[in-house]
Amino acid sequence: MSTRVGVVTFPGSLDDGDAARAVRLAGADAVGLWHADPDLHGVDAVVLPGGFSYGDYLRGGAIARFAPVMETIAAAVRDGLPVLGICNGFQILCEAHILPGALIRNQHMHFRARDQRLRIEAVQPVWTNAFNDSQEVVIPIKHGEGRYVADERTLDELEANGQVVARYIGGNPNGAQRDIAAISNAAGNVVGIMPHPEHAVDALTGPSVDGLGFFTSMLKFLAGRPASEASAAGTAQADQGATG
Amino acid sequence: MARVVVDVMLKPEILDPQGQAVANALPRLGVNDVTSVRIGRRIEIEFAGEADLDQARAIADKLLANPVIEDFVVHADAAGTVTPEGDSQESEPAEAPA
Repeated sequence: MSTRVGVVTFPGSLDDGDAARAVRLAGADAVGLWHADPDLHGVDAVVLPGGFSYGDYLRGGAIARFAPVMETIAAAVRDGLPVLGICNGFQILCEAHILPGALIRNQHMHFRARDQRLRIEAVQPVWTNAFNDSQEVVIPIKHGEGRYVADERTLDELEANGQVVARYIGGNPNGAQRDIAAISNAAGNVVGIMPHPEHAVDALTGPSVDGLGFFTSMLKFLAGRPASEASAAGTAQADQGATG
Repeated sequence: MARVVVDVMLKPEILDPQGQAVANALPRLGVNDVTSVRIGRRIEIEFAGEADLDQARAIADKLLANPVIEDFVVHADAAGTVTPEGDSQESEPAEAPA
């Protein structure tokens, strides 16, 4: 049975189609998940795509964080569910306190859309095992609120624990502290990234195919995971679905 | 009906590009003695019955403000509450979790 990767659609999600396509190009089945449905439908991993969930009325991700599916995802994250939050998905993960820090308006106030160079700073087992240490990649950005901020202590902890997954190089597009483009949680199963790896999976439509590495990393991780662990996570998700 | 006002401000140490852009525009109005402008958000909550400051504080902490980057102050609105002396209901700024 092939790996099933859920892609959540919130009101205002606009990259869910591209995220699903990236999942398929990486070799997995993409399963559409709906924000108001708490059931994860037995998926092995989840992608929170980019967009403007709930119109960003309050702050990016502030209201989406309370979507029923996020309760289930937060519980499954504790059992090791791999989750990749892209752009607005990153904002939602921060608002949900699944990832530390916050994303605020770009320092220069301008929306930025361009191909961005990044350095992969942490080769971690779940989302970045396909990359080499310090590998430079090109992945598009498109955001107005992508400035990563956290207090100094949190930033020091992220650095010390190898949770800074990617950094901007060749110019910081939004003023993010310490040029941070992507971080993970302490366990490494959750990554939030401001650039859009799902837009760099096909030479026809993207500047590179570097983004595919995130998706293939996760598939390789899941393929190598002991069966007992996989079934434990599956059971936990099923429980959540039943109670939700 | 009672109104509670929540004022949300970015924490002092967080750069406020919006406020900075406004501050940079002031010299064009001939104003040169302003050193800083910071922009926040005022949210008015109306309760069906009496103003519930504790509940308003909980709403502010969970949803209206992000305690990672923002501070907030909750107070009853003098014009919209049963007690016109709204000043006495001024609450302490909420403690943001560490």
